[in-house]
Amino acid sequence: MRKVSTPPETVRLTIDGQEIEAPVGSTIWEAAKAVGIEIPVLCHDERLPPAGVCRVCLVDVGEKRLAASCVREAADGMSVTTSTPKIEGLRRGLVELLLADYPDDAGNDDTKTERDELRELAAAYDSDPGRFPAGNGRPIDGSSKVIRVDHQACILCDRCIRACDDVQVNNVIGRTGKGYATRIGFDLDDPMGASTCVSCGECEKACPTGALTIASLWNGAAAEARTATGRVSVAAATTDLKPVDSVCPYCGVGCAITYYVDEAENRVVYADGRPSPVNHERLCVKGRYGFDYAAHPQRLTKPLIRRESAYPKGPLSAETTSSNGRRRKPGGLVDYDEVLPHFREATWEEALELAGRRLREIRDEHGPGAMAGFGSAKCSNEEAYLFQKLIRAGFGTNNVDHCTRLCHASSVAALLETIGSGAVTNVFADVENADVALITGSNTTANHPVAATFMKQAAKSGRTKIIVVEPRHIEMADHAEVFLQIRPGTDVACYNAWMHVLIEEDLLDHTFIDTRTEGFEALKELVAHYPPEVAAEICGVEADEIRRAARLFGSAGTAIVFWGMGISQHTTGTDNSRCLISLMLMTGNVGKPGTGLHPLRGQNNVQGASDAGLIPIVYPDYQAVGDAEVRAKFEAAWNAELDPEPGLTVVEIMGGALRGEIKGMYMMGENPFLSDPNTNKVRKGLANLEFLVVQDIFLTETAEFADVILPATSFYEKEGTYTNTDRRVQVGRKALDPPGEAREDWRITCDLATAFGYPMAYDSPAEVFAEFTALAPSYGGLTYENLGLTGKLWPCPDPETGDGIQVLMGDTFPTPNGLGKFVPCEFEPAKELPDEEYPFVLNTGRLLEHWHTGTMTRRSRALHEIAPVPEVEMHASDLAMLELSDGDRVTVTSRRGEITLTARESVRMTAGSVFIPFHFREAAANVLTIDELDPHGKIPEFKFCAVKVAPAEV
Amino acid sequence: MKKVHPAVVGAQPFQLAEHRPVERLFEDAEGRDRLEKSLSRYPEKKGALLPMLAYAQERNGWLSPEAMEEIAEALDLTPAYVRSVATFYTMYAKRPVGRYWIQVCTCISCHVNRGEEVFESFLEHTGTRAGEVSEDGRYTVIEAECLGACGFATVVQVNDRYFENVTPETVPEVLAQLEPGEPEA
Repeated sequence: MRKVSTPPETVRLTIDGQEIEAPVGSTIWEAAKAVGIEIPVLCHDERLPPAGVCRVCLVDVGEKRLAASCVREAADGMSVTTSTPKIEGLRRGLVELLLADYPDDAGNDDTKTERDELRELAAAYDSDPGRFPAGNGRPIDGSSKVIRVDHQACILCDRCIRACDDVQVNNVIGRTGKGYATRIGFDLDDPMGASTCVSCGECEKACPTGALTIASLWNGAAAEARTATGRVSVAAATTDLKPVDSVCPYCGVGCAITYYVDEAENRVVYADGRPSPVNHERLCVKGRYGFDYAAHPQRLTKPLIRRESAYPKGPLSAETTSSNGRRRKPGGLVDYDEVLPHFREATWEEALELAGRRLREIRDEHGPGAMAGFGSAKCSNEEAYLFQKLIRAGFGTNNVDHCTRLCHASSVAALLETIGSGAVTNVFADVENADVALITGSNTTANHPVAATFMKQAAKSGRTKIIVVEPRHIEMADHAEVFLQIRPGTDVACYNAWMHVLIEEDLLDHTFIDTRTEGFEALKELVAHYPPEVAAEICGVEADEIRRAARLFGSAGTAIVFWGMGISQHTTGTDNSRCLISLMLMTGNVGKPGTGLHPLRGQNNVQGASDAGLIPIVYPDYQAVGDAEVRAKFEAAWNAELDPEPGLTVVEIMGGALRGEIKGMYMMGENPFLSDPNTNKVRKGLANLEFLVVQDIFLTETAEFADVILPATSFYEKEGTYTNTDRRVQVGRKALDPPGEAREDWRITCDLATAFGYPMAYDSPAEVFAEFTALAPSYGGLTYENLGLTGKLWPCPDPETGDGIQVLMGDTFPTPNGLGKFVPCEFEPAKELPDEEYPFVLNTGRLLEHWHTGTMTRRSRALHEIAPVPEVEMHASDLAMLELSDGDRVTVTSRRGEITLTARESVRMTAGSVFIPFHFREAAANVLTIDELDPHGKIPEFKFCAVKVAPAEV
Repeated sequence: MKKVHPAVVGAQPFQLAEHRPVERLFEDAEGRDRLEKSLSRYPEKKGALLPMLAYAQERNGWLSPEAMEEIAEALDLTPAYVRSVATFYTMYAKRPVGRYWIQVCTCISCHVNRGEEVFESFLEHTGTRAGEVSEDGRYTVIEAECLGACGFATVVQVNDRYFENVTPETVPEVLAQLEPGEPEA
């Protein structure tokens, strides 16, 4: 033992004659800053670990040599002088050396989004840019679709390298070369666009000069004028843009974003992450560069009514008519020229009158059971609340559901059954306090990229060991201590074996099991039949690897689990989740920091839309429709008689439409044609509807079946609250004016309700939010005012001062008896196993650059350019066996349909399984998928069906 | 017209253009053996980086991007990191070199003893540009960092052999000496 006494918490030192006290471990630079002494620096950024490479921050500490204040720790009794003629001379010299090579157009007002710190220093030192001879040009790298790299403007401060390595943990950037020729290099000095860069933009944000800039800012008219005249245009300067603090419209992480808006052009010019507990200013490629879809010329701007000639109803474009891949055109968007002539423009009055009247007639003729509505997890809490209110109180049915059914329905079913609440028990950023993080069925770096950065950072710090259980060798596996590449759909067997090992080796939390849970004996009995050797046979991994993973997990002081669609989108989805829950309960890993159950939510507001009641069995805040007392409360609040019977789920509603039982539908922002399984069945179901109202921002495939289409607003054009995967309720603020006659979704729902005969009128989303929170105890006390810039976690007992409760279920579970329940599950194989005719397992999912059915991202220039075409990922040996090579066109066929796309060799696949993302309508993965459901969560088995692959006929 | 610094010419704009087939390093017993031995000498995997870079060059004659990738994977490093180390040392050839790899020192002592002129003279007599392979495949001339023989400036290293006190005028003699026998033995 070197030290026994507690070290003092502060040090005393003198800076420029001022006596100050600073926390132990702070640098001179930080200590000086705390008392208002700014020491100039170029390489330091407080979000990054200090490097001390630019030497601008040199100070005199009374030693022979000057010290770099950004890395030198402040010490007791130290006397620091931050400015002397010698130091100033050195700084000026350094700046002049850097300035000698600095291109004239770097850091100009049109393209800089952060301060140009080099130019600012140059001005402060009145530096002479011509003192030193300029070197010869280092190149400009324009290969990235989103970031322009001007190596000549780079000062080698290493900020981008640290941003890439330490913040986002993507490890792409390094230094390459030597001496004057040194520059930053991507991977092996590949062009940025050809490297493994994932375009998160963290480097561009960190860059203190004009070396890394947003490529699109160089493409504007202003930039052209500048190159023509050699002068910088002032009109579009980034400093003139209006900042709007909002959140990201894409995934459940819910990153806090500032949008910079050109008000004259009504356009978002660029986006940047802002400080928040959610994302610490970080963003991914979608959030940072994928906002331009809102300005796409194909936006719907007027209500549309289907022409008489377009009846009887059916799909209107050739591509939606058939799922035969060979006839499809590339490009991936609904052909407006083909579809629009079948509709006529109408006034809002006419469209609403028609929609309200026809829906009313159908309800009156066939009863409430013939009605249904699909809300959307892309819309706000207020819009979800109003939508379900219209369906329940207006239409009189509980047939209201949304895309949560297709993502975490089974997880929520399992969570409600076992621990009494479907929401996460802890936030994802608490992974840093976990000894072990189990990540399973989640391609986190692609689907929740910013949450993934926290996990990768935790792994990098050495504090947290990551275990990945996945059929694909996903990127996260590269950061894992243990990676089990199990066969698709064998999760239950795998975790039963883990539990077998934990019990056998007594790696259990007996106190937790005894005091907080019930049903352990039954579970113990069942998992006794699953020794690792049995699971190894089923899962296709070594028994010892299973043991190693289980031991690592069991011996952790704190463990947290993250799961995604790989767990939930199976016919055994509920069982998969039950196993994960049992695993956490028997090791006592719920209810304290560094532990928890975290099903990573997909959509930006899937948590909120569920909270707001877009679920057929519950009212807002999960209050059961079958509970008479609850129902009486809502009947009084909504002034209507409510249906006591639970409603139908997404896939059941589509089945009902096909059988003619569901006749009238209202869809807000959903595109079931591409998102639901077995497209050919969905097509018939949609065509069979008597009356369909579609409310969306673009003409979707689903809209081709509509009788009335109502033009809605995009995320950027309205205000509302959104609840992220952590249960954090955040305000999305209006950045743009809606195009044409497009209306906010909440207003349209009110207008349609009124036209239907159930009048609804509100002045603002805040008023709707107040009505919702009054009925939803979990949201109690939250208001637009107290949500502020960073939002609040629900539940939030002290909303005026607190941030909300981060870790739930510390003492008790919200179940009737307060205990958590073990539900043992036997392994069951997937519904459609591969056979001789269909020998491959199809797995579907998402890409980093695209979002769901592509309605938004395929209209975003950057995102579309990075990932323009559908590809099926296959293992090299499968390609070889089929005598195919990388890049060949192939037809993938299941018992339900076929699609044609490009084969891509991938080291991430195992032999025998193929992966197809579901974003691409020209090769829609859901043509192939099976519409078998999990019996509890009613979620379709998107992750497993049998297919065959053959060379495409030319 | 500004004088172009030779180091900049020697640096390729981007490495991708140079991808070409090379032998894999660690797929046979010899390679695995070298890796294992090297790893056993250092407390961290990272320590084996320089020896493995040297091994790749020994095996393939130069340090290819594929080799750097393979080494990165074997040592749990990022390709960017491996390249940053490899490019710091002039003695690793980051592109294919001629049969005679001529490294001319231009650091302080050699600089004051006309090292740059010696360098130019080699370029002239071999008919190449810095870092390029001559048309007959014989020569590649580069500027090297200090070769550690300052008492005999200007120092020139050809493959594994040192030539001392070289002047611009004696460059043809050096080249002539290369031809009769094989210097790399």
